[in-house]
Amino acid sequence: MIQMKNITKTYHMGTQEVHALRGVDLQVEKGEFVAIMGPSGSGKSTLMNVIGCLDAPTGGTYILDDVDVSQMSDNQQARVRNQRIGFVFQQFNLLARTTALKQVALPLMYGGLNRTERMKRARMALEAVGLGDRMDHKPDELSGGQQQRVAIARALATNPSIILADEPTGALDTITGEEILGIFKQLNSQGITIVVITHDPDVAAVAQRTIWIRDGVIQEHHG
Amino acid sequence: MNIWESFLTALDSLRANKLRSVLTMLGVIIGVAAVIALLSIGNGVTASVTSEIQAIGTNLLSVSTNFDNSDGFQTLSVKDVAALSDPLNVPAVSQVSATVGGMQEVIGGSQSLRTTVSGVTPNFFAVNNRNEFESGDGLTAADEETRARVAVIGSDAATSLFPNSFPIGQSVRINGVSYEVVGVLAASGSNFGSGNSDVYIPLSTALARLYTDRTRTGERAVNQIIAQAVSETQTDAAIAQITETLRREHGIVYAADDDFQIFSQADLLQTFNTITATLTAFLGSIAGISLLVGGIGIMNIMLVSVTERTREIGIRKAVGALKRDILAQFLLESMVLSVLGGLLGIALGWSIAQIASLALDVTTVVDAGTILLSTGFAAAVGLVFGIYPAWRAAGLRPIEALRYE
Ligand SMILES: Nc1ncnc2c1ncn2[C@@H]1O[C@H](COP(=O)(O)OP(=O)(O)OP(=O)(O)O)[C@@H](O)[C@H]1O
Ligand SMILES: [Mg+2]
Repeated sequence: MIQMKNITKTYHMGTQEVHALRGVDLQVEKGEFVAIMGPSGSGKSTLMNVIGCLDAPTGGTYILDDVDVSQMSDNQQARVRNQRIGFVFQQFNLLARTTALKQVALPLMYGGLNRTERMKRARMALEAVGLGDRMDHKPDELSGGQQQRVAIARALATNPSIILADEPTGALDTITGEEILGIFKQLNSQGITIVVITHDPDVAAVAQRTIWIRDGVIQEHHG
Repeated sequence: MNIWESFLTALDSLRANKLRSVLTMLGVIIGVAAVIALLSIGNGVTASVTSEIQAIGTNLLSVSTNFDNSDGFQTLSVKDVAALSDPLNVPAVSQVSATVGGMQEVIGGSQSLRTTVSGVTPNFFAVNNRNEFESGDGLTAADEETRARVAVIGSDAATSLFPNSFPIGQSVRINGVSYEVVGVLAASGSNFGSGNSDVYIPLSTALARLYTDRTRTGERAVNQIIAQAVSETQTDAAIAQITETLRREHGIVYAADDDFQIFSQADLLQTFNTITATLTAFLGSIAGISLLVGGIGIMNIMLVSVTERTREIGIRKAVGALKRDILAQFLLESMVLSVLGGLLGIALGWSIAQIASLALDVTTVVDAGTILLSTGFAAAVGLVFGIYPAWRAAGLRPIEALRYE
């Protein structure tokens, strides 16, 4: 469960200050499918990075599953990212020259699983996203949609409770985008919390709830 | 994550990025190999020159005319040879040999050869450590006394003058006079001193028939007197005694300079040591430059890949890598490259040194200091620049590493 109170994030660029988040209050329940929408530069990615413990907020409190994230050490946050959160980025963020199987096994390795277990789980995850026949392909041997599916497989391999996706269909055509969305829907039906950032109303339509953000503040909730 | 997993991850990453790995390793290999090859060639040449000079004998003194102070005359005469042969004059000298020589046309059978023909005293071969004969023998005291027309020839001279026949007993003609070949010198491996195509005849014969120069006072001139000190430690005493004797013989007044000069093998050795030290320094600086080039190569590869590697670190951290996982992986990657590159560099450098040994006919010396120095430097560069991206990025927030450009 995600609970945010008055979260701010300020970037310092020389003497200039950029207020990317100006007091965000947000609550996401376990098992929800939430879309975050808003104009470019409104702070969506910043918010997702804070939720995912990829970045630290400047102010406010963020409680993830009843634990205050600001009280966690770097290593504890790494553990949270490893065990409880799966990321899907717009730019895929796959390791270059590394096979799909190894990409997906990566978080499992940092999670301390042994080799056989890792490979078994990674295979299962790849099969779940329909890439059972592309395990030994490297990113440059895969289409954009396939690369994104590898990223999704990597995100779900650790059985996370939350999957955070930043414009996961942004770099894909409509049909591939719909397939990816289908995977998210299915994961959500298994009880995984999904937070998707998107510009696409069709994506948002799939979500149970859409959160609008503008100039670093949340505007309204649609039920 | 345990260290073994980190090691496997490092190997995986090196294998996945073969070009980068090979190029980095190449920097280490080139640096290490160049230093080892060049310095060992330098050391080998030095050792070989030193040993050749020592083989001639470090207790030898060579006396010759000081042409700066002789009005164009030869100053050493047979009388000087006699004076220096008297132990009462020069107690620190055990024996003295004299030579006079020049270029001559030597004809043997149907062949001819232009070479140095020297008149030498019978002890010349013993004094110069050339007392081994392929066939026949050296010159005798009787040859010297009777101005015998006999010759001892070098091994190369023997092959070119008598390609198809046994040289001993054959005759050679020099300046219209024929000489019987009585000895063929064994080949000398040395590149210094007397060559293998020289021809030697008795000093008395040479003075009578070939080299008729006289000193200012009308004495028969010789070119060089070689004195052997009784031991290496006695060379300074021998120099002093020879100087005193010759000044007296030549009637040189107190304030005047010597009209002769004395070189010791020790002087020669020192001169060559200076030359070889320069050579080693020269090769050393080339090696240093290679090391630097190798180092810059490594540095370039590493710096060029910083962006990619920083992103990689971002990805790894995003999926749960701890700071120490990242550091361990990068450290191990660099260590593997440095160690592997170092070993290959040593092997390559050593091979080049061996090939150079054969080609240059010197025994190259690969010493541990050189190996340690070069491998240490290359490994340090490899390690520093290998760990650099990790050191920079491991402490970043994952998002900063992911966004790095
Ligand atoms: N690292 C940074 N340094 C400085 N300013 C930043 C940084 N990251 C983001 N910003 C600024 O913060 C604001 C919010 O950025 P953010 O990436 O969260 O927007 P976004 O809503 O995801 O936009 P988009 O839809 O275009 O992806 C922007 O004005 C941006 O310029
Ligand atoms: Mg964004």
